[in-house]
Amino acid sequence: MSRKIFSRRLDKIFKILGISFMVFSLLVLLVLLIDVFLDGKSRLTWGFLTSFPSRKPQQAGILSAWVGSVWIMITTAIFALPLGIGAGIYLEEYARKNRLTKFIEINIANLAGVPSIIYGLLGLGLFVRYLNLDRSVLAGGLTLALLVLPIIILSTQQALRAIPFSIREASYAVGATKWQTVRHQLLPAALGNIMTGVILAMSRAIGETAPLITIGALTYIAFLPQSPIIFLKNFPFVRFSLKGMFDPFTVLPIQIFNWVSRPQKGFFTNAAAGIIVLLCLTLIMNISAILLRHHYQGKIRW
Amino acid sequence: MVENIQKPIFKIQNLSAFYGAKEVLRKININILSNSVTAIIGPSGCGKSTFVRSLNRINDLILNFRVQGKIFYHNKNIYDKDVDVVELRRKVGMVFQKPNPFPKSIYENIAYGLKIHNFIKKEMIDEIVEKSLKKAALWDEVKDNLKQNALSLSGGQQQRLCIARALAIEPEVILLDEPCSAIDPISTAKIEELIYELKKNYTIIIVTHNMQQAARVSDYTAFFLSGELIEFGKTEEVFKAPKDRRTEDYITGRFG
Repeated sequence: MSRKIFSRRLDKIFKILGISFMVFSLLVLLVLLIDVFLDGKSRLTWGFLTSFPSRKPQQAGILSAWVGSVWIMITTAIFALPLGIGAGIYLEEYARKNRLTKFIEINIANLAGVPSIIYGLLGLGLFVRYLNLDRSVLAGGLTLALLVLPIIILSTQQALRAIPFSIREASYAVGATKWQTVRHQLLPAALGNIMTGVILAMSRAIGETAPLITIGALTYIAFLPQSPIIFLKNFPFVRFSLKGMFDPFTVLPIQIFNWVSRPQKGFFTNAAAGIIVLLCLTLIMNISAILLRHHYQGKIRW
Repeated sequence: MVENIQKPIFKIQNLSAFYGAKEVLRKININILSNSVTAIIGPSGCGKSTFVRSLNRINDLILNFRVQGKIFYHNKNIYDKDVDVVELRRKVGMVFQKPNPFPKSIYENIAYGLKIHNFIKKEMIDEIVEKSLKKAALWDEVKDNLKQNALSLSGGQQQRLCIARALAIEPEVILLDEPCSAIDPISTAKIEELIYELKKNYTIIIVTHNMQQAARVSDYTAFFLSGELIEFGKTEEVFKAPKDRRTEDYITGRFG
């Protein structure tokens, strides 16, 4: 009898303990957010988004930083998406399930946990020095692509693994080839989960600072990479160019880092405002991942 | 009289099958006649599913599965190196235990097999979709909702959709691996009726746990036990006058 009361009490205590831990961690986060918001809200103006950094805190903005971040994200996606999804499909559907495959899979999982600065060093040695890409958008994008590649491969594999084996059987039984099965049945069914994984990987990449500092991204830039779309006066009026990929760049977290390390109070405010912008970007990406997942889950039930 | 026009479509010689080191089929010898219904019966784990899954090589998908011996389909060993598995599976269709429609529309479920085999013309696909659904006795129930997701159908409807999907690519043989085990009695009756209809144009091999079903739908019955073929013959004879003691025990339900 007393044992029963005791375990019931224990249950209650654990419940209260759990709730207080949760409330505590949420509160810390909330305080942090409010603090940053109060610090930075005075600088959250249109001008802040459209100005280059400056020596005067009042005139400094994050134009080159957010444009750089967008450039880096696009470059990262261009390389990491096809490589990562392709490798995931290969490992899950094509590769023989032998020791070598197992070994590769374990190592990919390990790579996902390697500190990002290590990728920075690799990027510095391989892309910046050996391939002579210099401190360009391309070098930065490739470095971050390496960083998110394991995450994308793993989420592709998991997404494919979640599809019942019976769907593969059904497809092969009507005489489909492996590629037809992947292309018409597995990829469409896995797309929601793959995209969710991809977006989460990208939102990790957008906040990365260490590897980009390691490869030598600049902290002060007063110009933008060449625009990929160039408007002309004559026919065909528009030209596309990827030359911007070879220009130097900075990104939001580096800009923030730079401002935080300055002594003037004004730059501190700028940093807080920059953090708000960065947080909003990550939030938008995470929300779209959630929406995407809901959208596909609604469509496919097994 | 009937036997004269029926030729063996599958000649199986000394077929043994293994999952890893475990032998699940031992030296099976059997001929399957065309345009007939052959029922495979036996207790769980006797290898009957493995047997039919060897006939279209769908078991190739399973890790560590291998076979010994020969399966001649139209006098060609399907386990020869130069056999086109895709072509084999097109000729030897299959319906699985649990209905497994694609998570797409009813129409797409059937059109898929056609599209991957290079049927391009929309009118032609439309026509075959309708014809297959009619053959599978599903047309009247779904004709107004072809765009509807197949997963919203009932289990019995899903299974008939899977049969329609198999029929659409005009196979010669249809393998049914316990097609009624996951559906209700009324749907089961519909599928049995369907098997009766289909036998005119197709060779059917059906695995079943249900003895009455085997007796009702099949012309020939094979009894498997622990990976061995114990008895094979005309269904009537197997059920009325089994030659082997073990067959008799199983059929009469005296089996342990």
